[in-house]
Amino acid sequence: MWFLTGFYALFFYFAVIVLVAGVGYKIYEYARTPAPLKVPTMPAPLTRGGVVLRLMGEVVLFRSLFRSNKWIWLFGWMFHFGLLLVLLRHLRYFTDPVWGWVALLQPFGKYAAFAMVIGLIGLLVRRFTVERIRYISNPSDYLMLALLLLIGVSGMMMTFVVHTDIIQLKAFFLGAMSFGWQPIPSDPILLLHLTAVFLLMIIFPYSKLLHAPGIFFSPSRNQVDNSREKRHLAPWAAELEKAEAK
Amino acid sequence: MAKADIKVPEMHEYPVLPILQADAMKGSGPYIAKAGFQDPLGYPGELVDNWEDKAVEKMGDLLSRFRSLRVYLDSCVRCGACTDKCHYLLGTSDPKNMPVARQDLLRQVYRRYYTLPGKLFGKMGWQWGLDLIGAKEMNKDVLDDWYNYYHQCSQCRRCSVFCPYGIDTADISMAAREIMDSIGQGQKYCNEIIGKVYKIGNNLGLPERALRDTLEGLEEDIEDETGVKVRLPLDEKGAEVLLITPSADFFAEPHVDGLMGYAKVFHEAGISWTISSYASEGANFGMFIGSYENMRQISLRIRKAALDLGVKRIVFGECGHAWRVAYSFLNTLAGPFDFLDPHYPVPQHICEITSGLVKEGKLNLDKSRNDDMVLTFHDSCNVARASRMGNVPGGQFIIPREVIKAVCNNFHDMEANTIHDETFCCGGGGGLLTDDLMDLRVKGALPRMQALKNVVEEHGVTHMAAICAICKSQFTKVLPYYGFNMDKIVSVHQLVSNALILTGQEED
Ligand code: SF4
Ligand code: SF4
Repeated sequence: MWFLTGFYALFFYFAVIVLVAGVGYKIYEYARTPAPLKVPTMPAPLTRGGVVLRLMGEVVLFRSLFRSNKWIWLFGWMFHFGLLLVLLRHLRYFTDPVWGWVALLQPFGKYAAFAMVIGLIGLLVRRFTVERIRYISNPSDYLMLALLLLIGVSGMMMTFVVHTDIIQLKAFFLGAMSFGWQPIPSDPILLLHLTAVFLLMIIFPYSKLLHAPGIFFSPSRNQVDNSREKRHLAPWAAELEKAEAK
Repeated sequence: MAKADIKVPEMHEYPVLPILQADAMKGSGPYIAKAGFQDPLGYPGELVDNWEDKAVEKMGDLLSRFRSLRVYLDSCVRCGACTDKCHYLLGTSDPKNMPVARQDLLRQVYRRYYTLPGKLFGKMGWQWGLDLIGAKEMNKDVLDDWYNYYHQCSQCRRCSVFCPYGIDTADISMAAREIMDSIGQGQKYCNEIIGKVYKIGNNLGLPERALRDTLEGLEEDIEDETGVKVRLPLDEKGAEVLLITPSADFFAEPHVDGLMGYAKVFHEAGISWTISSYASEGANFGMFIGSYENMRQISLRIRKAALDLGVKRIVFGECGHAWRVAYSFLNTLAGPFDFLDPHYPVPQHICEITSGLVKEGKLNLDKSRNDDMVLTFHDSCNVARASRMGNVPGGQFIIPREVIKAVCNNFHDMEANTIHDETFCCGGGGGLLTDDLMDLRVKGALPRMQALKNVVEEHGVTHMAAICAICKSQFTKVLPYYGFNMDKIVSVHQLVSNALILTGQEED
């Protein structure tokens, strides 16, 4: 029992550290690397506020994807917003007392899991059946969907079929967070669920999951269209000019 | 390549998604630049020793200088949204012409050398691991694919419009070409042309004498036609406007009719202007090869010409990628332009000038002089998706159409998903306008030709207007393959020129 608890607690720490440090480093790298030229995909907003709206449109509504392909949009959107609600619902395992709005969200989060899993299945079926998408898919693209499906389905099993001891689970996480370990429930489905989630967290900074921070740094979406009014110069380009002037 | 070798794809009423044919366009790509064309640009003359390592190293250099590359190579989720958006995929059926597959050619090497799992699997020699994440060692096969397929991208940015993260395959093609140039495998067409710009001042290698004669000839043509002496000045100090225009405007059809149109507009508006023999080229092929340094050197010629001639404004003629470099990059590359008249944006597009004058009622226009034509308008990619005109987003779609409608009675747009920011490339942009890529150019024109055919049949459209020198040259060549007349393509300012009645002009 203690072995299991210790293993999962350490696995949890490791996954959190990799995720936070890995993604943090990536964000630092993106932020540090200049975009030396003005390359927004036009028409583009003329102000910073406009750019915020444009990015919101992409992040919340997947606007470009909607213009592009309604099926991918539908499944992609169902999956992501299902996932968002499910994640918010999970906050209750990490907070005590549970925040009011998280409590309110519980029933929605429960059923959002269906949207998430249906979206994932739709995406997976398209990956298999649409010739163009099959051609561009790597094994890791299938595995990533499979991993997410495993997470979604095992989670739903615990919500709707074989309940796990969530009181004990919450004690485990709160304990792990304050470094006073409490035993973890040993249901196989829960352990499978947690293993898959931790794996996903570890893969995150080294895979295409980086699209999540990436979108905010994409020059074609986050630049203001003001090149005639304001001179845009990267630090290395300024160096280049200085060196030449000498 | 002879006409007989080119298989023209079939046109359908609606775009039909092709069934993929792997390696349909596999080949050796366009002619490789010889040492003589590489030198002036600062690139090695032939594939260097150790080019595999050098290519990976250059990729690292670009990754540290261009955030776009880093973010784009990391972020693609292979959702497939872009897979049916490229005109070259639609025209050739080769799966490597799907934008994401084109990106993956570079991304597979990025994954091998610049991601943790790639480095790990590579070091351990675990092929299964590399296959799992789609990573590949840099080798000759990879380079061959790069050279071939990065020269089957016209850098039109259509894929970027549809990608949920805005991943721009054009940017990735540019980076790939820059890497190849740096290891000694450049493309002859682009690099030879850039050399001519450095040496003589324009893409065509037209020296000052010839340019002067040409402009004088055009003055005579206008006088014969209208009885009015309209000047096309060269190197005139103190002129108000420096006109930068693609050198094709000096002699190619229908480009030159556009140039006469600009001259008439400036004449009527009473704006003094000049062309510069030193910077007698609007095009900037430095962009096509993804070289910031070359693009900058070419741009600096314009700054120098403006300073030497003491002009107050810079205006660009009809050219797509030139307008992208001008609108989006000129201030960065060759600015600041604080020595010009601050009342005007730097630079301006000739369509902005003309549409302004139309609105002010300064031009005497007789639309009926274009009544022999029914027009449509081809949005050029670089204007549509990489620049703007006027002061509202999307002005680049509105202003040229306003100009056309002010000078023509009959105008019909093509289908909505083939215009504005969803416009299809002519098939010849991005440094591909060379005879050794004729087969690709014909195939890549397919989606535009389909859309054109539809408006020809539905609305009796007779002519298509464009504001890009490459589009005009490309269409002149490819229209006949699709059963259209080559003079179906016209310059926007050719239409202006037809309708504009000069002060003192004898009415016929
Ligand atoms: S649309 Fe963007 S994210 Fe999707 S496959 Fe294409 S490049 Fe990748
Ligand atoms: S930029 Fe244009 S030519 Fe290049 S891959 Fe994208 S759609 Fe195709």
